[in-house]
Amino acid sequence: MVEEIGKTAEGDLIINVGPQHPATHGVLHLVITLNGETIKKVEPHLGYIHRSIEKMCESLTYRQFIYCTSRMDYLSAHINNHACALTVEKGLGIEIPERAQVIRVLMDELTRIASHELWWGAMAMDLGAFTPFFHAFRERESINDIMEETCGARLTMNYMVPGGVMMDLHPNFQNRVKTFLKLYKQKIHEYDELVTGNIIFQNRMKGVGYLSKEAAISYGVTGPAARGSGVSCDIRKLYPYEIYNQLDFQEILETEGDSFARYMVRLREMNESIKIIEQLIDNIPEGDFQAKTKAVLKLPKGEFYQRVETARGELGVYIVSEGGTTPYRIKFRSPGFSNLSCLDHITRGGKIGDLIASMGTLDLVIPDIDR
Amino acid sequence: MFIVDYLKEVYGAVKSLLVGMNRTGYYFTHHKEIITQQYPDNREELNLPERFRGEVVMAHDENNEHACTGCSACELACPNGTIKIINKFDISPEGKKKKAIDTFVYHLELCTMCGLCVEACPTNAINMANTFEHSVFNRGLLTKRLNNPDSKLKAGVE
Repeated sequence: MVEEIGKTAEGDLIINVGPQHPATHGVLHLVITLNGETIKKVEPHLGYIHRSIEKMCESLTYRQFIYCTSRMDYLSAHINNHACALTVEKGLGIEIPERAQVIRVLMDELTRIASHELWWGAMAMDLGAFTPFFHAFRERESINDIMEETCGARLTMNYMVPGGVMMDLHPNFQNRVKTFLKLYKQKIHEYDELVTGNIIFQNRMKGVGYLSKEAAISYGVTGPAARGSGVSCDIRKLYPYEIYNQLDFQEILETEGDSFARYMVRLREMNESIKIIEQLIDNIPEGDFQAKTKAVLKLPKGEFYQRVETARGELGVYIVSEGGTTPYRIKFRSPGFSNLSCLDHITRGGKIGDLIASMGTLDLVIPDIDR
Repeated sequence: MFIVDYLKEVYGAVKSLLVGMNRTGYYFTHHKEIITQQYPDNREELNLPERFRGEVVMAHDENNEHACTGCSACELACPNGTIKIINKFDISPEGKKKKAIDTFVYHLELCTMCGLCVEACPTNAINMANTFEHSVFNRGLLTKRLNNPDSKLKAGVE
């Protein structure tokens, strides 16, 4: 059904959700065309939190621009920084020490767990359950404490630098992480008791927001949202970077394609991240935490691309260099933007009550979409 | 067998709700497991880790001496133009000119606490303090001078 923008059939109702709405987790503006209770069209309007990070990066040096990217997908700030550092390292052609690689992977996985924890709490809150939010934040808080101790900040760490990491691990790091793992294993059953097994939750998630495998591929959906539809797209497995090819972990796939499948992918993914951390935490090799780099970094003329798996999907960093100290052009392929594009597809024909639930399972971070 | 399936479903539904309520009730009666802290009240016992990146400060020793040579490495490293170093030329007793800092201007209002300046400093003259309550009523108070008045460069720092 092709409709002109702004023109609606008689009896249709247009509702604006956002830009300031608690369930959109940011300044996302949705224009919804309704026929009774049935959604005919969802049109996301973007740009409310556009800060032109890509343009800003063009005037910053290769060391400086990394901090900007923490402000894109702030829930997986480490992984964003990691992607940028990897791209610059690719351009410089430097080998980074093994200790730095292990530290980076450890931090990435901790970030992934923290991000999924927050998503889980916010997801339940979208459906009207407020208690799970605090349960999720309890575990997330201990990750944030670990980050604060080692990196110096809780959310926008800026810990990855070209050549390795900014400073060595804090002496307490291993103990803190082990304490967290213990706490996590004691408490993870609560997640199933409170939300996953709940009949109301299941009825609202199962069979709702269906995304087929073909649609997921054609919309460019990545990350847990696509893996819920059976699309194998984990960059850590398919195009391994750092030491991911030496690690033993599973790519979580669910085939149902509904909201509940996307929910289960994230919950199971947290356990895989725990598995990765357990493999590494006792085997952090000794050595340098940073490779020797020049004071002023200059990338050779050319184009460099690196992709990583963030908590939301595939993040690609594309740098065009003219041989100077600043990039000529930077482009980020952010997972949030592509994942948002399928929102219309998965909610069309459904009820308006299911819109927020379906949107919650896509795990949108609005600053990542607008950049 | 429709009625059996239906009853099973009802039983499962009621059970799932009770399991969830049980979890909520558990925390209702186990106050020791509550880890929430009330922020302004816990200020006394609030311990931030030493690496926590608050504002940039310059360490001075008891002789009012610092380690900043005025090389501007931090100024170049800063992505936001937070730091501005104004240099002067001291004339030593032998009549030689020597570069030294006159004012180390630090704009806290522009700072994102990324820590790149501390990383770039070759003499470890600046570091990041553990403070985080930066609110003031006058914006001008956020522009700070980091070197103390009449402070000198530590001997032996080049």
